[in-house]
This record gives sequence, structure tokens and C-alpha cells, in this order.
Amino acid sequence: MNEAALLLEATKMAKKFDSVVALKAASLQVRPGEVHGLMGSNGAGKSTLVKIITGVYPADGGQIFVKGVIRSFRSPAEARRAGIVSVYQDPALVPDLTVAQNMRLAGASVDAVRKWLTELGIVRLDFSLLVRDLPDPTLRLIDLARALAWEPAVLLLDEITASLPADLSEQIYAMVKHWRQRGNAVIFISHRMAEVSALCDRATVLRDGVTAGVTERAHGSEERIVALMLGAETARAVASGPSTHAGGSRPDDAEPALEVRGLRCSPLVNEVSFKLYSGEVLGMVALEGQGQEELFDCIAGSRRYGEGAILAHGKELRLRHPADAIAAGIVLVPANRLLALLQQRPIPENIGLPAFGGIRNWGPIKSRDERARVESSIERLRIDTRAGSELRRLSGGNQQKVVIARWLASGFDILLCFDPTRGIDIGTKRQIYALVREIAAEGSAVLLFTSELTEIALACDRAIVLFGGRVVAEMPVSQADEATLLRSAHGLSPSAEAS
Amino acid sequence: MIEQAKTVFARALAAITSGGLVSFLRTRTIVALVLLLSGLLAGIHIARRGTVNALWMSNMMLFAAPLGIVAAGQTLVMLTGGIDLSVASVATASAYLMATHSGLGLAPALLYGIAVGFVVGLINGIGVALLRVQPLVMTLGTGLMTEGMLVVYSQKKMADAPRVPQFIEELGAGKFLGGIPNDLVVWVPLAMILIFVLRRTGYGRLLYAIGDNSRACSLAGIRVWRVLLVNYVTCGLLAAAAGLIIVGGTDSAELRLAEVYLLPSVAAVIIGGTSIFGGRGGYSGTIIGALILTVLNSILTLLDVPESIRQILYGAIILLLAAAYTRLTD
Amino acid sequence: MTAPAALNIRLTKRLQRSLRRDPGLFFMPALLIVSFAITVAIHPQFSDFDLQSLAMGALPLAFAAAAQTVVVIAGGIDLSVGSMMAVANVLAASLMEKASFGQSLLLALAVLIGGAGIGALNGLIVVISRIPDVVATLTSGFIWGGVALLILEKPGGGAPQEFLNLGTGTLFTPWLPNALVLLAAAVGVIWIPLRRSKLGLQLYAVGSDRIAAFRSGVNIDRTRFAAYLFSGLFSAVGGVGFTMTTGIGAPLAGVYYTLSGLAAVVVGGVSLAGGRGGMLGPVLAAFVLTLIPTDLIFLNIDPNFGQVIQGTLIVVIVMIGGFVDMERSRK
Repeated sequence: MNEAALLLEATKMAKKFDSVVALKAASLQVRPGEVHGLMGSNGAGKSTLVKIITGVYPADGGQIFVKGVIRSFRSPAEARRAGIVSVYQDPALVPDLTVAQNMRLAGASVDAVRKWLTELGIVRLDFSLLVRDLPDPTLRLIDLARALAWEPAVLLLDEITASLPADLSEQIYAMVKHWRQRGNAVIFISHRMAEVSALCDRATVLRDGVTAGVTERAHGSEERIVALMLGAETARAVASGPSTHAGGSRPDDAEPALEVRGLRCSPLVNEVSFKLYSGEVLGMVALEGQGQEELFDCIAGSRRYGEGAILAHGKELRLRHPADAIAAGIVLVPANRLLALLQQRPIPENIGLPAFGGIRNWGPIKSRDERARVESSIERLRIDTRAGSELRRLSGGNQQKVVIARWLASGFDILLCFDPTRGIDIGTKRQIYALVREIAAEGSAVLLFTSELTEIALACDRAIVLFGGRVVAEMPVSQADEATLLRSAHGLSPSAEAS
Repeated sequence: MIEQAKTVFARALAAITSGGLVSFLRTRTIVALVLLLSGLLAGIHIARRGTVNALWMSNMMLFAAPLGIVAAGQTLVMLTGGIDLSVASVATASAYLMATHSGLGLAPALLYGIAVGFVVGLINGIGVALLRVQPLVMTLGTGLMTEGMLVVYSQKKMADAPRVPQFIEELGAGKFLGGIPNDLVVWVPLAMILIFVLRRTGYGRLLYAIGDNSRACSLAGIRVWRVLLVNYVTCGLLAAAAGLIIVGGTDSAELRLAEVYLLPSVAAVIIGGTSIFGGRGGYSGTIIGALILTVLNSILTLLDVPESIRQILYGAIILLLAAAYTRLTD
Repeated sequence: MTAPAALNIRLTKRLQRSLRRDPGLFFMPALLIVSFAITVAIHPQFSDFDLQSLAMGALPLAFAAAAQTVVVIAGGIDLSVGSMMAVANVLAASLMEKASFGQSLLLALAVLIGGAGIGALNGLIVVISRIPDVVATLTSGFIWGGVALLILEKPGGGAPQEFLNLGTGTLFTPWLPNALVLLAAAVGVIWIPLRRSKLGLQLYAVGSDRIAAFRSGVNIDRTRFAAYLFSGLFSAVGGVGFTMTTGIGAPLAGVYYTLSGLAAVVVGGVSLAGGRGGMLGPVLAAFVLTLIPTDLIFLNIDPNFGQVIQGTLIVVIVMIGGFVDMERSRK
């Protein structure tokens, strides 16, 4: 290939964080006028590669060529001057400044940003608003518009659609295509295979910090991408499809394990009612911002609710602190692992943490009991413990497993999982679905919110859909195909025929 | 015993040869600290022969104990990601109140002193744990309050002059069995208890956990405020106890008695390897930190440098140590 | 809607927003007026002389607060402010003792540059050593305290009378003390251009969200360094001001200003988390904090209660702040 024709080339990039190798020999070649997918499991090194290319971290090895010239950037600002701009996973906007001040801070032209925002569908934004007062999806679009305003030759989008509602994602796809047409390149990172195959021209797949392969055509190469991501052996196991599960056979008069009655929590939760039975996995689907996060917080005891009742096995609960919920057997696996884990402490301490809630347990630790509990849950979840003494050395998927292992070790009755597979690779996702099924089979109840509609069919018995702070639809999993769920989630009637 | 030593040595050797000295020291910070302390001792020994003898060592322990006790409370607080800037005022107030009530008898006088620690610790705890005030500001405020009240109190209290009881004097300055400082009778058991608490109890686990991520603790069903409240009270009590030993050593209750302990109490913890952001460290490091600072102070005294130069050198050395340390562990 | 009405609404909106961003903007003038009213109530014969001594008393504290504010807005803390003031104070007093008025002005300028240099050193220590700023400045403060003692072991020194008049006299009317003019001028000349500049924006950005600031192209280290440099500059102005108003150099007087300056920052509504607040709040808070012991003297109460009240004020204000935040998050 003609080297000079490449817009951006990274060869044999290496990066170590202390003793942990994030990148070994990652290479990437981006041509002008293409959308290049960057794929890989969690911990494969995608984000690290992006951050090295844009000057957030220095590289330990490897070379970066921009239009054939060797470069290395010490800061995102330097990369930007060379025409390489990234939109990171969290918006790079300062919360205590106004939008206009943020633009001035970064040296972006307000007019240009406004123009791009209009193209992205945000027409009248008051630039004198504080960033902290704006909703997250808007911030992502502002971040993208600012990136576009610099007219970058290479635009890197790191999981930009991860928590965006479907309509905004569409806007972004359109913008990406537009950018490609202008002869620029877009590097697109996503866990959503459908997105990548629809949008990308080519894809580079990373595995364990090494470029595992490049597909010349992203569309139609899904199987190959999955195989590359997982390595040859595990690919077949994943391809074998969902585990079948029975479910749905319970007497009508059974007492629910968890019942939520007319729950209100301003401003987003307006009267939510549902029942969850022992031995089942109840899936929940909603677009962004329909009150699901607040609902989970209320049930887990970390948020006060105005009206309504939460009952466990027929008994009304008074939840003032997560400890109250845990005492009633209700435990939460939050979406954001950083909220739940102690990054500097070893795995066993993370798993053993809930045991010290009561003042009774402030005394000497019975280390044998603790070890037994912790080790069995580590084994059950097949957590990779090689990473050593600190949790932050684990990959995202393994960290999520630690959160679940914690509750397996301490015992529970009702498991609340909020998007537990967000940003996790397919192999680990499968493990988590299987585990959720297993937990239900053992007699616990599971409430599973997911932003990926396909997960409902894979893991749940029943599904409910939340819209505008209410439950708008309930259906057995046999009827919960993606189209139906999506219609309900948009507030439409569940089936096309009915309308 | 020898087998153990051998394996430790073998491991050390392996670590040095494989990962280099720096990475070995990084994982075993306490070894680095002990090496540093030995280096200081060797330095004095070479510079002034005959200085390092049994009497000198015993004096070092005597002087290090009160600092070690103030720093003990500071360690507990800093492990949770906090800081207590009121320890010096508390120690002074405790000593002063005890001394002015010594007429009532030893036990009531001690109680008065300790009560100061309890009350200020409780106020700190309420502010930090319940009302979520930043520890720095909260303890700064209570420190100012305590100091101010003490000044007012001392002026109203001219009739009843402070007097340090014999027992306290013995505790703070005396020695037994030909050279073991009395204050070690307080410090050594305390240190053992503290190390045990931090390593082997649920409470200790919680301190590290809260320092690492207090939101995660709350989500795991831990009522964080309880732990913090107990912790700030404990810190106050330890500062008060240290104040009593300090005044025993100087034998006069002054209004600026323990002021000089504020910076070293924080410095000893930092040098000892406890992160100011919480979640990492322990008391054994703080002990060595306190010893290093005490020896350092003694070197500066030996060299007979004026107060100004002494402050500059002392501060510069702490900065260098802290910088080296931050580099090593970061 | 008519144009003036629209303008009106826009103005109200802007006002609301700026109040939210900087609560000290409204709260502090109100508190100051209230404390003035109380002072006049207990001491009806409040005279121009009382105002002059208040202004002189508040001057160093106001600068200490200003110094701290710059660093706190950038998300740091500077526990060496008092010691830096002490260095500037003794340096000025020992150099100016036998100087002429003209020379003393030049010397004052030199001391200010020196102060900025000391602040810059602090900044280098914090940025390069990566020691947490609390520890770094607590320790460097100890060092600067030693330097002050080295320059002047005991209180002493002096300055030419004309120079002292700059701080103690009045301008136009006895009700306009020079100290007040000096304060307004120094803060105005240093802070207003700074706040409007890109560097000012960067200070706020770094204090608010360091990662987002870095990714927006802000050089974090340089910005933090600049914050400490300005802290040193304001401290030096405070130290020179202290020389002007007291006429001597006192190596140990500075210690008090570190903590009280921080108190004024907290009372003045600057968030210690960084990124929020302004300069007016802390400077006015310095006056309120100075009025307290004055009022106590008028009331024939031991002025040492002033420190008790100061401490209580910090504790109460931050506790109320914590309580309000908690109530808000509960909703």
C-alpha cells in the first residue's frame, strides 16, 4: 500500500501502566475518506490507543505518522493542531463554565459550533447556560460540534453512542457519513456490532493490546470481527446462541418477592407499579432518561421517594439508606462500576465489604470464614485474579464480576442489575447472562434493566417497558421482540397492528 | 525464624534483580523508610562519633512518643481521605485544662483533659460525617474555636494557675529500668492495638474502604457517617492524650504548647506512606515517620542552628521526603 | 413583548445566574451592611477614625483572602499565605528603614516581585513534586516562616513616614481611608484583568474539572503554577500593606493570616471544591471578620472571643452549606 496515502498511521504502539500492559503492539491505518471501526473486548486497549494518538498519554513504544510525517503529541491541544480531534467517552466540557466560555477556553469559534449544532439537530441552545445545567446527551453533541468546528482531518469517536437515545444516535451516524464524504476520516469505536457494520468501511480489531486483524469490509464481516475479538477458540461458544430457559410457570396467587406500588420520585418517576416474583428475571427497557435510574435508586435505598410503596414479600419497606434495602435482601449492581468498587483495594476486600456494615462486625475479622466466602464467589464467577493486589488493574468486565461476586458472597433475595453489561465484551456478557439465569433458577428474583434490547430475549422471562416515568407495557419474553420493545419504549402501542 | 528471614531475603534479592530496587521499594515502602532512618542514624554516627548511644536512643523514643500519638489520630483520619488540623489546639487545650484542674486530684484533672478531645472530636465528626463539610475547613474552624476559647479561658482563670501533676511529669519525662521512657508504656500498646485494628478488624477495613470510595461503601450498605464520627472522636481523644504527655515533658502548660506538632503530625503520616487522598497506608509507616522527624529535629538541635535556619531545613527535608515518596509510589 | 421588558427579563436572568455562580456577590455585601449596622448600633459615635482603623485592620486580611481565593478557585489550597506575607512584611520593613520615599516605592515594587517569585516557587513545588497541595504548602509555609525569621529575628524595622501615610492617611475626605483605596486599586488592577483574560477562564476551568480542562487544551500545570504565583503576589501586597499600616516588620504576625484568610474565603462563598466564587465575597468577608473583634471591644467583651467567633462562623457557615446541599440532594 502506498504509505503516503494514509491519513493516520500508528505502528506497534505500546503502553504500560505500572506492571499492567495495556498495549503491546497495536497498529492502525486510516485512509482519507473512510469510517474506520476500532473494535475489541474490554481491556483490549481501544481507549488507550485513542488517548495515546491524541496526546493524553505518552506512548512507551511505537510511532505515529500523520500524512506520512512522524509525530508525537504531548497534549490533546497539540494533536488538534495537527488535525486530529477526539470526542472521548465523557464530554470534555467544564461544568462551572458556560457553553460560550467553554468554547473560548478551547479556542473554538462559537459561530462554527453553533452551525454544527444546528446540523446535529440542536437549533436553539443558549450559550450562556452553565454546562452543569445541561443534560448529558446535549453535552455529547456540543462536544462533537466543537470537535467538528476544528475541521479535523481525523475525528475519533470513542463510544459516543453508548448512552445516547436512538434518535440522537441517528443524527450522529448522518454526521459521520457527511464527514467521510468531505474526504476526512472518522475512527469509530463502539461495542454495538450493528452500528459498526452499518457505518464503517473497514475495521481494526484489537485483542490484548495487539492488532488482531483488519477487515477490509466492515459490512458483512460481523462473524469475522467477533472471531478476531475473541480469538479462535471462544468464538464458536459465543456463536452458539442463547441458552434456552423455561420460566413463566408460577401460580397466579403467588406472593411477589418485590412489589412496587404507585412509586413517585420527582421529577422523572411518575407512578411506577410492577411485581417481581422469585425465580424470575424481569427485564426492563427504556430510552434514556425515562426515570429508570431514579427508580433503581429508590428501590436500592439510595434515593428518597415521595409517594408509593416498595414491598418485599408482602412487607412494606422503609428505605432510608442502602443498608435498609440490603437488610431486606435487595441488592444493586449499578451501571457505573466506579461507583461501586474500591479501586485501590484488593479483590477480596472489595467482595467482603458488605459484611462490615453493622457495628457488630467492626471487631476482629474471622479470616477463615471470610476467605471461604470470597474464594467461592471468585471461583463461581471465574474472575481473573492475576492482576494482583489492586482492583484498578482488572479489566472492566472483571470489575463488573467483582460487583456481582460481592453480593453472591453476602447473600441476597432480590438482585437489581442496572445495565450490567454496558461497555463489556461479548464473552463476559454471555457469562453474566448465564449467571443471572442461574441466580433466578436458585430461587432469587432479578430485575434487569438493559439498554441493549437483544439482552431481553437472552436473559429474561418477562419484560416491562418504562416511558415517561410509567410502566407502559408488560409482556412475556416470547412476545418481546426488538421491534415491539422499541415501539413501546418510544411510547407507541406495542404492536403495529393495534395502532 | 531464620527460614523466614531467608525467604524474605531471597524475595528481596529476586525483586531487586528482576524489577530493580525502585520497584522493590515501591512495594515494600516500610523497608525504604527503615533504610532511610538507618541512614540518618549512620549519618549522625559518622558526623559526630559517640552521639548515637543508649541514652540518645532512649531520648529519641521519649520525644517521638507524643508525636507518634498525635500522628496516630491523624493516620486514622487521613486513611479516610480527611485531615484534622485541630489536633494541635486540642492537645494544647487538653494539657492546659488538665493543669488548671490538677487541684481536684489526678483522675478528675485527666478527665478534663480527655474531655476536650472528646468534645472537639465530636464536633469535627458531626460536621464531617453528618453535614459533609470538607474536613480541612471543619477542623480548621474547630481548631480556631478551641484556641480562642482557651485564650479567653486562660485570662479568666488567672487565680487558679496551671500546675502539672507529678504523675503526668513522670509519664512525659521519666524513664524506668535504666532508660526505657515511661511514655512508651502508653505508646507501644497503643501502636500495637492500632496496627491490629487497621489490619485485622472490620473497623480498619472500613477506614480503608471509605478513604478509597465512600460512595461505594454507602452503596454496599455501610453507614459511612458512623465510622467517620467514631474516627474523628478517636482522633480527638488521641490528640488530647498526646497533649498530656507533651505537657508532662515540658512541665509547663503554655498556650502555644502543642502548636509545633501540627505540621509534623501530618508530615509523619505522609512520610509513613499514607496517601492524603485516603485508602492507602497504615500506622507502622507513621511510627517510622515520627521517628525520622524526631531524629531530624535532634540533628538540627545538635548542629545548634538558629530557629530560622532550622525551620527552613526541616521544611525542606520534609518536602524532599514527601516528593521522593510521591514519586516512588505514584 | 416590548424591548425594554425583554431587556429587563434578560437582565434579571443574568443576575440570577451570576448569583448562582457566586453567592458571595449578594450575600457578602448584605452581611457587611448588617455588621456595619450592628457596629453603629452598639457604638453610635462610630467616627471616621473608627472607619480608618477598620480599613487598616482589614487590609492585610483582605489581601490574604485574595491570595487564597485565586488558588482555591483553581482547585488548590495555599497554606503558606501567612508566611509569604510575613516574608514580604519583614523584607519591606528591613529594607525601607533608612530609605527615602522614592526609594521605598521602588523597594515596595521589588518586594512585590519577590513575593510573586516566592509564590512561583510554591507553584513549582506543587506542580513538579506532585505532593498534594495541602501538604506541600503547609510545609513550604514552614520554610517561608523560617525565611522571615532569618530576615528579621525580632519585630523591628520601619519605613519612611510618607510611605506609611499611603496606608494610614485618607483621600479627599476623612471617610475615605487610603487603605480602602489601596485595597480597591490593588485588587482591581490585578484581579479584574486576570479574571477577564483567558488565564482567568483557565483558572476556573482547572478548578472545576481538571480532566475536561486538559482535554479542552488547557495546560493544567501552567495554570496551577500561575495560581500560586498570583497567590504570592497578593500575599506580598498584603505584607507590604501590613508594613504600611503598622510601620514595622513582624516575622511571626503572618501565621494568623493563613487561617483567617482561608476563613474569609469560606465565609465569602468561594467553593473549596474549586471553580466557583469570586473575589468580592472574600474581600468583604475580611471586613466582616475584622469588625467582629472591634464590636466586642465596643461591647467591653474580651476581644479574644473574636477568634472563637471566627472559628464558630466558619464552622456554622460550612455546616449550613453542607446541610443545604444535603437537603437539595435528597429531593
